[in-house]
Amino acid sequence: MSTAEPHPDALIVDHLDIAYTVRGRVRPAVRDVSFRITRGEAFGLVGESGCGKSTIALALVGYLPRNGAITGGSVVVDGIDARSLEGEELRKHRARRVSMVYQDASRALNPSMRVGRQVAEVFEVAGCDRKEALERAEQALKRVRISDPGGVMRRYPHQLSGGMQQRVVIAMALAVEPALLILDEPTTGLDATVEAEVLDLVAALREEISTALLFISHNLGVIARMCDDVGVLYAGELVEEGSAREVFDDPRHPYTVGLLRCIPRRGRLKDHGVLDTIPGFLPPPGAAIEGCIFAERCGLAQDRCRTDPPPMYDLGGRRGSRCHFHEQAPDLPRATPPDPVVRPAGVADELLLRASSVSKTFRFGGVDVHALTGVDVEIRPGETLGLVGESGSGKTTLARVLLGIVKPDAGSDVELDGRPLAGETKARSRDQVRAVQIVFQNPDSALNRRHSVRRLVGRSLSKLAGLRGGEREARLLELTRSVKLADRYLDLRPSQLSGGLKQRVAIARAFAGRPQLVVCDEPTSALDVSVQAAILNLLAELQTKERVSYLFISHDLGVIRYLSDRICVLYLGRVMELGPAEAVFSPPHHPYTEALLSAVPTVDGASPERIRLDGEIPSAADPPSGCVFHTRCPRKVGEICETTEPPLAEAEPGHAIRCHIPLAELRELQGAPTPAAAQQD
Amino acid sequence: MSTEGLTVPTEAAGAISAGTGSARREVLHNLVRSKTFIVGGLIVAWWTLCAIAGYHIAPYTPFEQDLNSVNSAPSSTHWFGTDQIGRDVFSRVLAGARSVMVVSLAATVLGTVLGTILGLVTGYLRGWVDESLGRLIDAFLALPVVVTAVLVVAALGPSDITLVICIGLIFAPIIARTVRTAVIQERELDYITAARLRDERGTYIMYAELLPNVLPPILVEFTVRLGYAIFTVASLSFLGLGIQLPTPDWGLDISQNISVVSAGYWWEVLFAAAAIASLVIAINLVADAIAKAMDD
Repeated sequence: MSTAEPHPDALIVDHLDIAYTVRGRVRPAVRDVSFRITRGEAFGLVGESGCGKSTIALALVGYLPRNGAITGGSVVVDGIDARSLEGEELRKHRARRVSMVYQDASRALNPSMRVGRQVAEVFEVAGCDRKEALERAEQALKRVRISDPGGVMRRYPHQLSGGMQQRVVIAMALAVEPALLILDEPTTGLDATVEAEVLDLVAALREEISTALLFISHNLGVIARMCDDVGVLYAGELVEEGSAREVFDDPRHPYTVGLLRCIPRRGRLKDHGVLDTIPGFLPPPGAAIEGCIFAERCGLAQDRCRTDPPPMYDLGGRRGSRCHFHEQAPDLPRATPPDPVVRPAGVADELLLRASSVSKTFRFGGVDVHALTGVDVEIRPGETLGLVGESGSGKTTLARVLLGIVKPDAGSDVELDGRPLAGETKARSRDQVRAVQIVFQNPDSALNRRHSVRRLVGRSLSKLAGLRGGEREARLLELTRSVKLADRYLDLRPSQLSGGLKQRVAIARAFAGRPQLVVCDEPTSALDVSVQAAILNLLAELQTKERVSYLFISHDLGVIRYLSDRICVLYLGRVMELGPAEAVFSPPHHPYTEALLSAVPTVDGASPERIRLDGEIPSAADPPSGCVFHTRCPRKVGEICETTEPPLAEAEPGHAIRCHIPLAELRELQGAPTPAAAQQD
Repeated sequence: MSTEGLTVPTEAAGAISAGTGSARREVLHNLVRSKTFIVGGLIVAWWTLCAIAGYHIAPYTPFEQDLNSVNSAPSSTHWFGTDQIGRDVFSRVLAGARSVMVVSLAATVLGTVLGTILGLVTGYLRGWVDESLGRLIDAFLALPVVVTAVLVVAALGPSDITLVICIGLIFAPIIARTVRTAVIQERELDYITAARLRDERGTYIMYAELLPNVLPPILVEFTVRLGYAIFTVASLSFLGLGIQLPTPDWGLDISQNISVVSAGYWWEVLFAAAAIASLVIAINLVADAIAKAMDD
């Protein structure tokens, strides 16, 4: 809507300092951050939690909380100094020049207002009359590739799926063609397939409009996929900047180097060795640091780094690194020795768990919802079975059946160590209760916040291991030390611990009774990348020592691939593919697996040809006929897919695929090298 | 799980979240800085002191009748004046704190304990237990407090015990409602699932896992109910169904002397009334401050 000549730079952030005042003390949150985004460009800000990403975003639109303030530098949006604006001017600035898309679309939309009115409101603010606003709202929804804008406009936000909600939010944000669009973790919390759709949409819209994008994410893959340039934030400072490709392929700051090494990628497996980690932890907010902020955790740090704060060294070609020794950064010594993870000696034909024809039907208001249909899985001792699938595919239900939280339908058969495993914890023997435990996704929810670490772990030791008194205390110390939890944390409560430490407590609790099977339900998805690496290493180490089996659920395919020996792909409660990790990850694989793999944005770029799934996973209350995947399948062959459900047929020994397409054809379609190479497992 | 060596590295997983301290300290910190809490707390503390030591710090014994100065106006010898039978009003106001506070506190404690148990059981078990007890609670909630209390006390005869049980029982469903709502939110969290996976008993889960986490709303509800209880006890005493003669009591004293206000002897009623008002308001101030401190 800006009528004046568009300014070439949509955003100039110059030596920006932001501080929060907490109990009368000024704590700098962002220091000396400079970057610029020209029109039509996309700039990515990456960093772990607490690095100041969101603070910068809030400052750009003048939404800092009352105790936060810009203490230095300048922010110029579309040629206008954002700091000088107040009252009505600031309101207009937000309405016309800069828009923001937040992480949780369901909370960004007004739940009591129909989508149509809500989108039209944006145009009314911009000066349209009611009728025109509604027409333009419809066009805006069309622009974000909503196929039935009229229908969507009549609905309320809760009647739309997460991906659809985020499209509506993006439509509203782009309604006035702002100079700058800020996307703050716009796809976090969405399924990989939906994330891919939203990212595709944003990428396509970039071609159509001249808006500059500021993309904020903790996910390096998303940034690599979406952005031209990238800035890496650490503890409120921009430590490295440059083109996304160069920064991720050839990082020049020890923090970026460390961060990239923490991610299990490029098909890295636990057999290749433990993941590298970043030692130490983020400096506390407001800490007085004389030299380089990363020196405490840096393997390259020398005396100079602790006294002399490095400037942003210009490396040419828009690249910069805030490191005195940026030439040596790629040679950063490993913090964790790359010892290979020793596989526990497993006997191939020995079985720990056998689940056959497991079904679960929930009844909601007279409607049967088939969460699981005839699932057969086996888990061997000391093995990790990865469970993959979109939300609604039945991953959690299967885990809950094995745990005894959800009772499966009659006819389902679960055996542990050759003995039947009852559907409810109460009906299980004490030994079976001890044998199957879980590590939850969110340690904040999983740990009673009123109990100390000692009590949390101790209770499990008395209940599951039957230990008392001194014996219990000795085992408690042994257990907490084995998850690398220092003794001084024992008397603290969860709120006093960081996310990674909390997850260690949860792991210690799960291992209290020397379990045989531990369900890991997205155990690292609430954690930062560097913490995730340490937790994955810990899980791998415990598996070697204890010869425990994992049922590992994660939406992060890199993590699944790293830790899993075998993988089970679920779709609408059915097993679509089951086999050794390497076989599932390399073609030939089920078209659904292929689509999941293709949806994941990776840091490495150069992703294969994208295969996109249309729409969302269908309702389990009314699953499609024939092959349940046929409604979204990019490789549907014909009528047979709609009428006949394909069997889960063995493609290679130990590798089964549920698809009508013959294996040879799949291999050809998916460009598998040779049959011999695909069988390397 | 064996541990090689005892050096435990605190690597990448991070450390104690810096400088925030525990949630409880945070709440206390907020409370101490709240003016509402300080003012309310001081007034409650004063009346608590009177309830404990009122008989001793009063200048006269509250029963002492000075027939030479009946209905005398406030003066330096009788700060709040004297009543119809020559008793020192100031001394009776100080000593009067005890009866009302003891009965109200006991009733509120009874109501809170019963209500918490009911709320935990209905909220945790849900199902038919919740359905049936829930209907009963709904029925109780429909009863107006004072009217019910009047009926019960009139039927059973007035005594402190009747009063405590009666008010406690009427409060229990109200508190049960609050606790149930909090429990229903809490029981969805994974730590309850974790407890079930250890095959813990329901009683352990309710008492050791859920109760500590629903204490904050219970504390707020307790404070609010205490204010209501004082008001109810004073009302019943005024109606002659509460505290009985000759115990010095604010409600009772008001009803004894209300007839002579029209003759101009206002002091015989005003100070007792002001005492009730100040205590009820102060408790509500404290309740507000606690609720706010926990929200922040």
